Amino acid sequence: MGYVAVKGGSEAIAESIQRLKYERIKNGTVLDTRDIESGMRGLIDTVMSESSLYDRQVASVAIKQAEGSIEEAVFLMRAYRSTLPRKYYSNVIDTKNMFVERRISASFKDIPGGQILGTTYDYTHRLIDFDLSKENPTEVEKWLDSYRKTSELEEPADIDLCNLPRVTDMLRKEEIIAQAIEDNTPPIDVTKKNMEFPTKRSERLQVLTRGQTGAVIALGYASLRGFGDLHPTVGELRVGYVDICIANPMGDDEFYIGNIQITEVESYISSPDKNNADGNKLNLTIGYGVCYGQNESKAIAMSILDTDLETQEKKFPTQDEEFVLYHIDSVEATGFISHLKLPHYVTFKSKLDSIRRTREAREK
Amino acid sequence: MGTKYNFAFFDEGSKREIRRATLKAVAIPGYQVPFASREMPIGRGWGTGGLQLTLSLIGEKEILKVIDQGSDESVNAVNIKKLIVSTTGVQTTIDTRKATLIQSRHRIPEIPLNKEQILVLQVPIPEPLRVVEASEHKTKRLHSESDYSGAWLMLFEQIMKYDSVTHGADYPVIVKDRYVMSPSPIPRFDNPKLNNSEALILLGAGREKKIYAVPPYTKVISMAFEDYPFRVESFSGQKCHLCGAQGVYLDEIIDEKTGEAYYQCNDTSNCLMRLNGGK
Repeated sequence: MGYVAVKGGSEAIAESIQRLKYERIKNGTVLDTRDIESGMRGLIDTVMSESSLYDRQVASVAIKQAEGSIEEAVFLMRAYRSTLPRKYYSNVIDTKNMFVERRISASFKDIPGGQILGTTYDYTHRLIDFDLSKENPTEVEKWLDSYRKTSELEEPADIDLCNLPRVTDMLRKEEIIAQAIEDNTPPIDVTKKNMEFPTKRSERLQVLTRGQTGAVIALGYASLRGFGDLHPTVGELRVGYVDICIANPMGDDEFYIGNIQITEVESYISSPDKNNADGNKLNLTIGYGVCYGQNESKAIAMSILDTDLETQEKKFPTQDEEFVLYHIDSVEATGFISHLKLPHYVTFKSKLDSIRRTREAREK
Repeated sequence: MGTKYNFAFFDEGSKREIRRATLKAVAIPGYQVPFASREMPIGRGWGTGGLQLTLSLIGEKEILKVIDQGSDESVNAVNIKKLIVSTTGVQTTIDTRKATLIQSRHRIPEIPLNKEQILVLQVPIPEPLRVVEASEHKTKRLHSESDYSGAWLMLFEQIMKYDSVTHGADYPVIVKDRYVMSPSPIPRFDNPKLNNSEALILLGAGREKKIYAVPPYTKVISMAFEDYPFRVESFSGQKCHLCGAQGVYLDEIIDEKTGEAYYQCNDTSNCLMRLNGGK
């Protein structure tokens, strides 16, 4: 009867948990969470983004506990998130004031403020650097010293990195992009209220931004490749820090509570001009993607899906909001898939009974 | 970074919110009430809906029983029980009669429940119409218009194809002549226990974020046609090889040596009780 024996479940679980701990530490090495925090930036960013919980320290512990499994780390973070009282919503963040570390546009070569390549893997050759296996602290220290000295000298003085003009603003002036009225209606919090269909854009963006990275990218890719009908151009991709403030309940001012790193993408897609009656004019619409940390593929894919879900005419699954929004959440998808490991013998017996009955009916 | 959790894991505000959805569910039998389902420390799809109901209802004096596929000692049942006990310190039991709160996956205990008890069922897919309509937006409308032709047609087509309704567990029921409801994947054998139950039956779907209920003494009928009546699983006169029980849900076990099938009570606590000389 295996692991569903009348007795023994508790012992089996206890042993399994011991075994799990053993696997994590069997080599006698203690992984310092500070090492994870300083060296696993990509992993931490992915985990924070999918958990929708911005905390590098807690993410590092979760990653350690999960032995580097993103699915497990996100799960831990989400469950922890459930227990945190949520007392405030932040004031609206205007990303115009982002402290930009990286900013590129695929639409224009010359943009006001310039292209800032910043930190990116994009132009590295993906050759395994075997020397990293013997990297030592003295070398690192030396390299850091010289790097810091040179980069201080090269700091550009004439660009205000906290107030870079947007590419979109240029196009708005030309009226190629429709003027949008700033809409600051409080978003619906999908973690407090169940989604109802058709959804509001605020709900869609929340679900997309906390979506599983692989799932969001896969669906965005499907749309781009042919199961969707748009090919966007990345108008602007920014990585940088934004300040978070909450309103002072006693006055008109606000309190600064910290900053977070985000990736933000505005994609341009040409579409018929809604204000033009003949329908023979096109203009550009914007697909929006944003997520915690540096997660560029995810943010771009999100901007594609955002546009797809705005489409009224639904020809492809990527335009079907239930199809997209219900299936990209890491905890939900992995939870339901993994539940198949639970015993199903009562239901299976019931299924067998139905199958046997159809056979008996045939034989009669 | 040490963190302590509140009694029953949730903060009181969260519990109250879940209870509010539960009250609405009780007021509209069989209707799926959306609620802000939380991520739990166990797998989403492993009973988090049931767990949230249990944690929102549990008090210090509760006597808890958790079963999974009929067994108190099944790993998932043990695991859920462990989490509830570690965050509440309540007493647990395997004796169905002593429990005040029973959380179960895929079974309703054999012993009839009484009005002092609450049964919480874990639900994977709360929407009975999902098999005929993939869209939540549309199924919600079908329910509001009592348009159950899709569900009837599904049964009809099975009969046309196989000369019997081939639905296994999770056989749809009609609650109080109004809502078609998924009873969670309990075997058909357990469907009649929903009808006119003395105990309050709550159903929670965590991943799908729905709570629904069968209040005490509510009429619950399994969907069927006059000429093709509802039928429970057949055990063709088999009995439990341990306690000799008949007329209970039996697990089919294959003897490793002889390769022959033999049968054993699925409800392990009922089997134990009988073996220990209870009725």
